[in-house]
Order: sequence, then structure tokens, then C-alpha cells
Amino acid sequence: MPPRTCALCDDARAILKRLKTGQQICKDCFFYVFETEVHNTITEARLFKRGDRVAIGASGGKDSTVLAHVMKTLNERYHYGLDLFLLSIDEGITGYRDDSLETVKRNQQQYDMPLKILSYDELYGWTMDAIVSQVGKKNNCTFCGVFRRQALDRGAAILNVDHIVTGHNADDIAETVLMNIMRGDIARLGRCTSICTQGEDTIKRSKPFKYAYEKEIVMYAYFKKLDYFSTECIYSPDAYRGHARVFLKDLEAARPSAIIDIIHSGEAFEVKENVKATQKIQQTCKRCGYMSSNELCKACTLLEGLERGLANAVVTDRARKRLDAEGPAPESLRQIPLFKLPASLRAKIDSADVSESS
Amino acid sequence: MSTVSIKIEFGGGLELLFSNQRSHRVTIPALVPTSTSKTESAAERADAPEKPADLAYLVFWLRDNLLKERAELFVENGTVRPGILVLVNDADWELEGEGEYELKDGDEIVFISTLHGG
Repeated sequence: MPPRTCALCDDARAILKRLKTGQQICKDCFFYVFETEVHNTITEARLFKRGDRVAIGASGGKDSTVLAHVMKTLNERYHYGLDLFLLSIDEGITGYRDDSLETVKRNQQQYDMPLKILSYDELYGWTMDAIVSQVGKKNNCTFCGVFRRQALDRGAAILNVDHIVTGHNADDIAETVLMNIMRGDIARLGRCTSICTQGEDTIKRSKPFKYAYEKEIVMYAYFKKLDYFSTECIYSPDAYRGHARVFLKDLEAARPSAIIDIIHSGEAFEVKENVKATQKIQQTCKRCGYMSSNELCKACTLLEGLERGLANAVVTDRARKRLDAEGPAPESLRQIPLFKLPASLRAKIDSADVSESS
Repeated sequence: MSTVSIKIEFGGGLELLFSNQRSHRVTIPALVPTSTSKTESAAERADAPEKPADLAYLVFWLRDNLLKERAELFVENGTVRPGILVLVNDADWELEGEGEYELKDGDEIVFISTLHGG
């Protein structure tokens, strides 16, 4: 087939066909369009303001490496005025996480950003390897996800940042929407498509790649020759998300716009009022101070389960109630250290309270 | 019979299926039978019409000759598994007709898997 010229600049040779638009474009136009779309996502959602300290959740994988690169590029090109940091969580998965952390350390050199690594071991006293040996391979992703979410917030608090960004891409979010539908998880379905999540006393967390296709992220990394780590987590083949992913990939092959369409459907969902009323209101964990829907946050609940050797008994709320009915937990168990918000955020909340009461 | 020499690159974890080697240099026949069915006898295949080797053929050739394990992670339903990107001389294979692109001597084909954590 004859070589094609780029549909946008009409000059250079086209090297890829965009999934979203079907346009055939050249390398430089692709870089520009990709970066500009992320810039538009950021500005339309008004994610940042000047002087914000932003932690990039970095795993060394393709999404977070490209995110660090693009955030740095956009920060400079459009003068966001942000202070960027790399924040990495070590779950303690041998052969997977220890290798990818080496990549993050290289990223730190390449992008010239401060790096903070927080490990499950130092925070909870349990590595994922230890958890899997107790829990098995079916519920382990629950532990990892819950622990990581808290670990990111704690790491961000230590760095005193205002905002966390993660590399979740369009495919990830579409998979999550599908997963929540498949499992009938109405509470999560209402929340999972927000680009920016923030509780009253938690650090803002955004996903600038919300509308970026995974394929384009990989192409961007390949053509820019970015350094990233690319192996599947050794525990993931048995994860539930795998079903959603396979389905989504088949949909994408048939109709590439399906991914964005699913996200838009997810955004358009509205939970009926009488169902919303049955949802739990947010409280604070009475043990560690983190946000929670119950008296004890999920992380404390899971940790207690692990310490007592009953990990599988605490994964669902129903099982937890049964366990509680049997009697209180022994006093001497390891607990998660008390969670404190970064000083800047606490100051804002304190001043808001003062102005409301006066 | 003339042959074509192709440079192959694997990325995104795919190299693990190919002896953990990212770069390979392979030589495949320039003309191949149009049918890749294995049930035909050699005599039948010798009579079958021939076509220039294309990407679809290369994929099967790689699976049969270079792949060391877990073919289902590379090939699915007669083509490359969804989620694996294919680049022909640094351009998306969709621009070149996907499986029907005819290979030329010295071409560089890159297979990148996107199916892993970010």
C-alpha cells in the first residue's frame, strides 16, 4: 500500500491511525494531539491551581511513566506552576514490584523529580507475598487495592502535597464500569467515573488520562522511547478484572469508540433517590482516623483479619458482622498508625469550620 | 526458492514467550501457500496456489517456529491477540492492511503487548 501522508499536517508520513477519530497521523502530530488532549482534560476539569504540590503515583509501569513525562511536559509548556513529586508504593511482591521500583528510580533521574517510596511492610507489617500465603489467590487483590489506596494518601501526607494523580487510563475506567455492573456494585458505580475524587478530609485524587486510550499510551511510550517496566503482576491472572478486560478488548476490536462510550454511559448513570438513601454515610475510622463507611475502615478491618489469622473472614461486610458477633478482637494486635492530614489541608478545613460558626 | 529476511522486535512483556529475547532475525520463504491448513497432504499443498508471504503468515510462522510457550497469549482466532500492537517499519499495521501486508526483505516488525499493569 502506498505510504500515506498525515491527515493533520499533510507533510510527514502517517504512522498510526487514531482509535478515537480514525485519522491517520504522523509521529509529531500524534505527540502533539495526545499531549493536548490531556491538557484539555486537565483544564476543563480545572484540576490544578498555581503552586499546587502534586504527587504522581508511580509504579514504573507504562501509564505512570508516560504520566510523569506528560505532566512534566505540560507543566513546562503551559506554565501550570506545579511542584511535581513521584510517589511509589512497594507492596512487597518479589519478582514484580522490586524490579519495577528500579524503573521508578531511573524515572526520578530522567525527570528530575523527588521520589518517595512507601512500603506495605513498614506501614502494615505485611507484604503482599505474606498476605497471599495466608489469603490465597482469590481475594488478594482486595487487600492490595485497599492497602494501596491508604498508602498513597499517607505518602502524600508525608510529602505534604495537595493532590495525587494516577495513571488510570480510559481502558481501566471502562473496565471498572463493566466490573461494577457485573457485580451489581451500585455504590462504586456512582463514583468510579469521576475524574477527581475528594472526600472532606482526604487528599484530592485525579486521573488526567481518563480519556486516553491504553493503546495510545503504549504508542507514545514506544515512539518517545520512554523507559518502563512491563510485566503482569504475578497474582493478577486470577483476578476478577481479567474477565472485564478480555470483554473490553474484544469490544475495542469490533468498535474502538466503545471504550469512551462506556465511560460516558458510566458518567450518565444516576442512582435513584430511594437507593441512595440506603448507602452508608462517611465516618472516620475509630482506630486509625482514615475515612471509612463503617466504624472501622476497610484497611484496619483487613489488617485485623490478617493478624488474627482469619483474613478471608473479613473481606465482605456480612462476614465481618458475623465475626464481630463472636466477640471483640484481642488488644495486642498490630495496628495502622494514626492518619494525619498534611498541615496545609488541615489548616484549610480548620479555617472553613471557624468561618462557618462565626 | 527465494526468501525474505525480517527483523522482529518484541516488547511489553511478549519477549518472555520467545526465549526472553527482544530482538530476532528470521528468514521466511518469499512465496507461501495460500492455505495454512495442516490437514492437507504435502502433495496437495505443493499444488496449492501461492502468494507472497504476508504478516498473517508471519504470525503463524512465529507461533510455530519461535514461540516457546503459551501460544494463546500471542495468537487468538486466527490473528494476533487483541491488546497486542503490531508495527511495520515504525507504522501501525492498520495503515498497511494488517495481516495482508506483503513482507519485503529487510522489514522491521515490532509486537508490543499492552496487557499489563501501568
